[in-house]
Amino acid sequence: MRINKKAQAGTMQSSDLIVFVEPADDLAIEIESTVQQQFGHLIEARVKQVLKRLSVEQCRIMVSDRGALDYAIDARVEAALRRAN
Amino acid sequence: MSKNSLGRELPETWRGRTLRPYRDPFSAQPEGPRVARPIRRVNPGDNKLLGSLREAIEASGLRDGMTIGAHHHLRNGDLVLNSVVKEIAALGLRDIGIASSSVHPVHEALIPYIRDGVISHIECGVNGQISRMVSTGQLDVPIITRTHGGRGRAMMCGDLKVDVAFVGAPTCDEYGNICASKGPSACGVVGYSHSDADYADCVIAITDNLVPYPAFPISIPQTKVDYVVKIDSLGNPAKIVSTTTRITTDPIGLQIAKYAATVIELSGLLRNGFSFQTGAGGASLAVAANVRDLMRKQAITGSFGAGGITGYFVEMLEEGLLEALFDVQSFDLKAVASVGRNPAHIEMSADMYANPFNAGCVVNRLDCVVLGAREIDVNFNVNVNTESDGTLNGNTGGHADTAAGAKLAIVVAPSIRARLPIVRDEVTTISTPGETIDAIVTERGVALNSKYQALAPDLRRRGVPVKSIIELRDEIYGITGAPRPIEFTDKIVGLVEYRDGTITDVIRQVKG
Repeated sequence: MRINKKAQAGTMQSSDLIVFVEPADDLAIEIESTVQQQFGHLIEARVKQVLKRLSVEQCRIMVSDRGALDYAIDARVEAALRRAN
Repeated sequence: MSKNSLGRELPETWRGRTLRPYRDPFSAQPEGPRVARPIRRVNPGDNKLLGSLREAIEASGLRDGMTIGAHHHLRNGDLVLNSVVKEIAALGLRDIGIASSSVHPVHEALIPYIRDGVISHIECGVNGQISRMVSTGQLDVPIITRTHGGRGRAMMCGDLKVDVAFVGAPTCDEYGNICASKGPSACGVVGYSHSDADYADCVIAITDNLVPYPAFPISIPQTKVDYVVKIDSLGNPAKIVSTTTRITTDPIGLQIAKYAATVIELSGLLRNGFSFQTGAGGASLAVAANVRDLMRKQAITGSFGAGGITGYFVEMLEEGLLEALFDVQSFDLKAVASVGRNPAHIEMSADMYANPFNAGCVVNRLDCVVLGAREIDVNFNVNVNTESDGTLNGNTGGHADTAAGAKLAIVVAPSIRARLPIVRDEVTTISTPGETIDAIVTERGVALNSKYQALAPDLRRRGVPVKSIIELRDEIYGITGAPRPIEFTDKIVGLVEYRDGTITDVIRQVKG
């Protein structure tokens, strides 16, 4: 999937996350989370999984997480990517 | 380093104090007489009313290195402690300890005085900016958290010497009778200050509502108060008490409450004479509402409700479902109003409430207490002192006291808060030992500790999922993932003192 424009999905509410996507020449992932220390590694793995599943190889993706569970991460990341397509 | 019976590593000493490791809830024995304050004589015509806070501090004999007492009945609306410390600093005093019953976010005004060395140690749990800064190494002030009963005990035993107690008095006369249930800053009762009035060398009542003698009903009598000072305002009334405390509307909280009420119903304790305490949190109040309905339906009259009193318990008293209320701290306006109106709404000192070293405290008479938790471990140990990021933010309050005293101590908590698993392998800090907790109730099910295992079949028959605490943890980790541990430095910034003065845990500075 090609990222052609800026897009976002999600909210800043507790247990949710907000995802910003924009076009880029390579893949840049930035993650910030209220549970960074405990779950930063799992959040990153989940974001990468969605990128891979949708074959996104070039984009800048910024995630601001407020303690979302994996299914919410999947949904928000996919929504942002599809909106940017 | 040695380990206490909860497996927590403690140093032998900390800042000059020899630490006694926690062993079990009931075996530590006190020795010797209680400490005494100096005898004084006040003759007819002597004046106790002074013109200003500064005059009172000077008259009290407060010197460098001493400790001051205060209460947190005005909660986040409190202006008393900040005003007192500002005056102490203006007098050039240094190295002062603060032994309030709790420090709140409003007290972040004390940060400059901590930096300047006016305040050198804090002998109570701390909420807000101060505790976050201490935990992350931005502020250096040792903190000792105590339970409400433990604070009374520490003063009685001389472990905590309060030199001068500053008691915020919502109403007071010029001779020092303190009334907490009247005045613009009325907070109902001042249960946490009774020990200050008994053991501090000097007691100063600070009021914004000076009334002609005598002020009544009397919370703390004239015989214990050395000086009286009038100031403009004790606090911001909007933040002193909640206008109302409300039952949760969150479906998770309501599910938890239903399960918890069923545990209480089947425990065999819900009969005439039932005694009960809950916190003021929405889920705890929902448990109280369910219990109230059961009491109505089964025509049960309880003996007493205790603790921080809410309007909910006042309604139960006025409806005749409870015979009396023991109130150490009024949580909302309905509770404040009830203190003056209902003779069976009784002001209770923290000593009477929960001190393990007197001739018997109220928590010993509790059938059931419903408590909250930040985290719970697989040994039922509970953390209420630190956040899951490792920073200190809170007071133990009556948590460990009531858990030890009540026949049935139930902890209610959602299984997950913003991805953080509440039931986990280890808690960040042990505030309340698991051997005093009988049941953990989450929306995913109930875990019973050894004493109440036999309830499992009956609970299941009533549709309550009973699980082992390990099953509960596995189920939750299956959703959140297993958390990576928080990293700490070796520096100990605070102690978590159990009600008997032993140490359940230490608080270490969070890494980087």
